[in-house]
Amino acid sequence: MSGQSQRLNVVPTVTMLGAMKARLVGATRGHALLKKKSDALTMQFRQILKKIVSTKESMGEVMKTSSFALTEAKYVAGENIKHIVLENVQNASLKVRSKQENIAGVKLPKFEYFTEGETKNDLTGLARGGQQVQICRAAYVKTIEVLVELASLQTSFLTLDEAIKTTNRRVNALENVVKPRIENTITYIKGELDELEREDFFRLKKIQGYKKKAIEKQRASAKEFAEDQVAEKMSLQKGISMNAAHNMLSAAAGKDEDIIF
Amino acid sequence: MAGRAPIATKSSALIAMIADEDTITGFLLAGVGNVDLRRKTNYLIVDSKTTVKAIEDAFKDFTTKEDIAIVLISQYVANMIRFLVDSYNKPIPAILEIPSKDHPYDPSHDSVLSRVKYLFSAESVASDRR
Repeated sequence: MSGQSQRLNVVPTVTMLGAMKARLVGATRGHALLKKKSDALTMQFRQILKKIVSTKESMGEVMKTSSFALTEAKYVAGENIKHIVLENVQNASLKVRSKQENIAGVKLPKFEYFTEGETKNDLTGLARGGQQVQICRAAYVKTIEVLVELASLQTSFLTLDEAIKTTNRRVNALENVVKPRIENTITYIKGELDELEREDFFRLKKIQGYKKKAIEKQRASAKEFAEDQVAEKMSLQKGISMNAAHNMLSAAAGKDEDIIF
Repeated sequence: MAGRAPIATKSSALIAMIADEDTITGFLLAGVGNVDLRRKTNYLIVDSKTTVKAIEDAFKDFTTKEDIAIVLISQYVANMIRFLVDSYNKPIPAILEIPSKDHPYDPSHDSVLSRVKYLFSAESVASDRR
């Protein structure tokens, strides 16, 4: 793997080693936390999946009943009811409010519907079929309720999907790129430090050797000197200095002015 | 996160619709219809004379409007502009495909539901294996 040989470009010092170790600890903790977040999100995601499937299925049912209610209303109140309804549109009385829900740091939108002001279609079908129209209206409001719930589930689904992807990407990046790189750097620094230590040790050994040699030399010369001294002392005690005797002999060898003959 | 658009918390938002006349009538009866100052409606009635271009324009218009939180679209209408619906991936407004009276609901065409089903089966298989 190409990531195996990668390491950060740092100076191999003890301080850097400490910093790297701290970073590794941080990366490990971050990895653990992100993993937990990912797990929490996935759990939520699965719940939402289950809910979406069941709500989608119930949506079909609800739509069917509301369509049927509309058909009934049309039958009773006459075909032209839709023109009245279409003409009556002014301001929406049924609106959607969105609020946020926080799941493990991910903001999920949640919709809820609410009615505002009086409903415009109160008088629709006053002439005939008013009750059917109202039933139809209630059925459609119920449909809206289901649809709004489904919409918030679906939005959460999309948002969570994205969030899970991002989190997993981060977890993998930490696990497969950042951590190995820091670990490689730490081994590199350690190796380099060991190398330095060995070098130092070797140098010290070498210096020690030199010193030993010098001391030996000195000791040898001191011994020689001492031996010389001892010899001289011995000859002095005998009365004649070794040197003097030697001198005398040499002097005798030379010309003596006192000698007449 | 950087890639995602922030989700605005609004006090009120509308529900837009692209569907056949009967479905629209029903929802209008419930009170979701809105006409703004320029006489623009938040719904589009699709009949046999409506062109695909008009539906496309309405879809783009509804999905880019700020005050719309949910877009309801009949499934057979969504099938006409399937490429647009499938390429849409923003969380808000949420696109909901609804069954219409004349056309039975086919879950395999729903872009979100097919993804849900795919993930669901994959996850249940994965959890079985574990």
